[in-house]
Amino acid sequence: MDDLLREFLTETSESLDVADVELVKFETDPNNRDILNNIFRLVHTIKGTCGFIGLVRLAGLAHAAETLMDEFRNGRPVTTGAVGLILRTVDRIKAILTEIEHADGIEPAGSDEDLISELEAEVARTDVVADAPPPPPVADKPLIVQERETLPGEVPLDELERMFRETAVEVKAPAAKPAAAPVAAPVAAAVAAPAAAPAAKATADAPPASTGNDSTSVANQTIRVNVSVLEHLMTMVSELVLTRNQLMEISRRNEDSEYKSPLQRLSTVTGELQEAVMRTRMQPIGNAWQKLPRIVRDLAQDLGKQIELEQHGAETDLDRQVLDQIKDPLTHMVRNSADHGLEMPAARRAAGKPDKGTIRLSAYHEGGHVILEISDDGRGLDVERIKVKAVENGLCSEADAARMTDAQAFRYIFHAGFSTAAAVTSVSGRGVGMDVVRCNIESIGGTIDVRSKRGEGTTFIIKIPLTLAIVPALIVESTGERFALPQTSVVELVRVRADSEHSLSFIKHAHVLRLRDRLLPIVDLGTVMNLSCHWGERPEGELIVVMQVGSHRFGVVVDSVLHTEEIVVKPLSTVLRSVSLVSGSTILGDGRVIMIIDPNGLADLAANRADKAADAVADQQKAASEADSDATSLLLCRAGPQGMKAVPLALVTRLEELEASQVEIVSDRSVAQYRGTLIPIVYANDQVERKTTGKQPLLIFSEGQRTMGLVVDEIVDIVETEFDLKLSSAAPEVMGGAIINDIATEVLDVAYFMQEAFGESFDIPLTRAANERAGRLLLVDGNAFHRAMLEPVLKGNGYSVTACASANEALEKLSGDLRFDAVVSEVDMPGVDGFCFAERVRGELHMESLPIIAMAAGRNPESIERGRVAGFTDYVAKFDRTGLIAALREFAVHEDEEKAA
Amino acid sequence: MSNATASVEGLTDARQFVTIRIGGQLFGVPISSVNEVFVPDCITPVPLAPREIDGVLNLRGRIVTMIDMRRLLGLSDSSVARMAVGIERTGEAFALLIDGVGDVLLLDDSTHESNPPNLEEDWIQFSEGVHRLEGELLVLLDVERVLATVGSSARVAA
Repeated sequence: MDDLLREFLTETSESLDVADVELVKFETDPNNRDILNNIFRLVHTIKGTCGFIGLVRLAGLAHAAETLMDEFRNGRPVTTGAVGLILRTVDRIKAILTEIEHADGIEPAGSDEDLISELEAEVARTDVVADAPPPPPVADKPLIVQERETLPGEVPLDELERMFRETAVEVKAPAAKPAAAPVAAPVAAAVAAPAAAPAAKATADAPPASTGNDSTSVANQTIRVNVSVLEHLMTMVSELVLTRNQLMEISRRNEDSEYKSPLQRLSTVTGELQEAVMRTRMQPIGNAWQKLPRIVRDLAQDLGKQIELEQHGAETDLDRQVLDQIKDPLTHMVRNSADHGLEMPAARRAAGKPDKGTIRLSAYHEGGHVILEISDDGRGLDVERIKVKAVENGLCSEADAARMTDAQAFRYIFHAGFSTAAAVTSVSGRGVGMDVVRCNIESIGGTIDVRSKRGEGTTFIIKIPLTLAIVPALIVESTGERFALPQTSVVELVRVRADSEHSLSFIKHAHVLRLRDRLLPIVDLGTVMNLSCHWGERPEGELIVVMQVGSHRFGVVVDSVLHTEEIVVKPLSTVLRSVSLVSGSTILGDGRVIMIIDPNGLADLAANRADKAADAVADQQKAASEADSDATSLLLCRAGPQGMKAVPLALVTRLEELEASQVEIVSDRSVAQYRGTLIPIVYANDQVERKTTGKQPLLIFSEGQRTMGLVVDEIVDIVETEFDLKLSSAAPEVMGGAIINDIATEVLDVAYFMQEAFGESFDIPLTRAANERAGRLLLVDGNAFHRAMLEPVLKGNGYSVTACASANEALEKLSGDLRFDAVVSEVDMPGVDGFCFAERVRGELHMESLPIIAMAAGRNPESIERGRVAGFTDYVAKFDRTGLIAALREFAVHEDEEKAA
Repeated sequence: MSNATASVEGLTDARQFVTIRIGGQLFGVPISSVNEVFVPDCITPVPLAPREIDGVLNLRGRIVTMIDMRRLLGLSDSSVARMAVGIERTGEAFALLIDGVGDVLLLDDSTHESNPPNLEEDWIQFSEGVHRLEGELLVLLDVERVLATVGSSARVAA
């Protein structure tokens, strides 16, 4: 491909991008002659150059489009259809250009007769329409912007001469010859094909200064530089920065050397040079927005909505590399806003909003970051639907969903496969997208957040670093190796000693840091890097770098923190790209290469608690201990002066503060207003302080329609732990005792409090206990805690209970002993799950009539149906003990009586 | 240079090879693929990288990925001071860590033999054949395959 053609391709695709934007503007503002003329000129230039280079197809298309546009200039009314037609022509031209680029300058074969004939038909139709209103007088001369006129190649002499003859005014425009020096020659800019004679006339009449296009006025002061030249410059500056750092390192070691002051100057100049070169890589963010007006226009037409796209801060500069990375996510999000965000005009009217929805893009600098906001004034996110979806997709439990704040719930939209769109449209709703957007943004060290208000709209806030090439980093050391931690993710440094206020705790093999009021997961850098572990061997205490990625905050244990440095990111070779914890490398002042740690990788590690820290021995222990137990989240609280109390977190719906004045006494019971209803208030025990003023922590429990509040003295902590529950009957409200974090803790029986609060209506009758045995039950639950919690309840109801930890164990018990009256089985068990278990009981053991009651955390129609097919007799929610007892009474007792009969 | 020598001696199919030693065995690497030979210093290990990647080092401002040939060929590590052969591939710099570098030899097809069939699988994939030299055999190292294999095993490890 020769230079001329390459230049032509670049120029033309830029012109087309401008034409795209201008056309959309023109459609909304058909009377604006400046815009029309601008487009006309662009298309005209393309036509001229194509004809000159010998690209027949392009020339033909451009000519047809130009003819139609000329009609507009002559006063033909502008219609959406006609603009759409021209936009399609522009698209076709773009497609052909791409092919030319791939085919090394050869125009692809094919015919554009379809489009051309459409365009011609449109023109022909116009003739009829245009007859009615008198064509505007020729005096109504359009203004034409000339500054950016750029012509690849020379203009044929005869053309020029003809134009000179035809024009009265000369227009000065720099003729951008690709190979020649930029000499401003008095060339009338447009290369007029014979058919475009009137256009040429109009063009030439225009004064050079015009306000039609704001982005062109600086064109004279800019030159076009190849990207590779800039990249090279950047590399060289990076090297210079490295050398500077090296010199500084040497001078730091040699006090009072005479090099010091020139070195200081060198350092400053290098810094400025670096900044200047960085600026050449900067581009206004508007470049990434360029295609959006067109996309929004097309979407609006497809969806039958009216959408206005507002742009603010388009001139905000951003590194090219970053810009490329956010282009696609941005487009996706705007599409999303247009499709799900904004309502149909009718719905908007009903909601008291203007028919026309607005999508607002804004960008601004903040610190070393660029903040990008995409907001719409549409319907907003539906929290409830997101929560339902999250539970359905198994991302959280129903209890979690009820507890979480709106902001937490909104974050689920960034999960893979998550779409709340009721219907899949051609635009969005397939559930891929927002997670890709998040990944893209996080891969460049950015974050994304969402704010939304029901009925008022949604705003996405993207925070991205200005550049990726040079980043400030914290140099740390672990097991003798140095590593760079990107400083954008570092929140603070903490030294933990035995006597300090922050402390480290172990939960199984997971380390956590108690930092002020938060618990942070901890990873040891040396261990995750498979070097070695010095955990707990440092007499001076552990040094922890607290980092934050997105919403994840975690601690990284290092041996020492050396200094901070602006490091130049050097990508690793392709064979090392797959190393998840390392995002690149850099050369330090002393010439050593060190690895840049990828905070995202660390965050994943910390979040998953996949503690690779565990060496082989620990792994074995883990495997052994995982077999029979797993951790449970407990809420630790104080009630009364003595001891710690615990409540399974899964049972707590919400934590509130109770204003003492809110408590009212209604017929001997304490009640309080909570979310518009009266709920019973129960004190955990007699020793809990009955405050008369101020606030007291309140645990809210909900079961079905019932909600109650439990008053305690203090909420201490939430721990995830496994423990051995020792049943006791010391007090009715205590289910049993356990050692949690080395402290004897009483586990409260929520069912008891429920009964207290609701009296008879929540009664779990204990009558049968006194009488004969209600039946023999086989309880299958993989979770030791749940077994311990359910067993006493069932026993209390008169059943004799045999508990099994796994389905296999249960199958063994069942096959050996046929006298069980019913089976209560958890559904989500490790190994053989509840469904398989039920199938095997029915199929292999031929116990077709044995009632099997399933307990599941989530109840959705599919799993209930699946359970029915598998052979479950009934299906109850996991913590619904009343439901369970009722089900047992219905089925197991029935069985019992049958047996008796 | 190689062409000049070849034409002088009239051996049109002769090629020049840099001889290197890995674990006692003599290997040959086409001189055209060798950028430089250097003594590696200050190699930074890359945590969690494939085993055969010894680390990276800074060679005049470029970051070079070091491939430990002993590990790749299934030989035990040695404590002998090592040499490195710098190779460039698709714009990235690699270096093969070897035991030592010998002469540059001009070899033609007359001494070339295909791989002996009983050669170990590990070695066959990196060998383009064997040259009979006086006193010993020289295995032609397929540098492209070496680099491609390192990349693919990295992917497996990930």
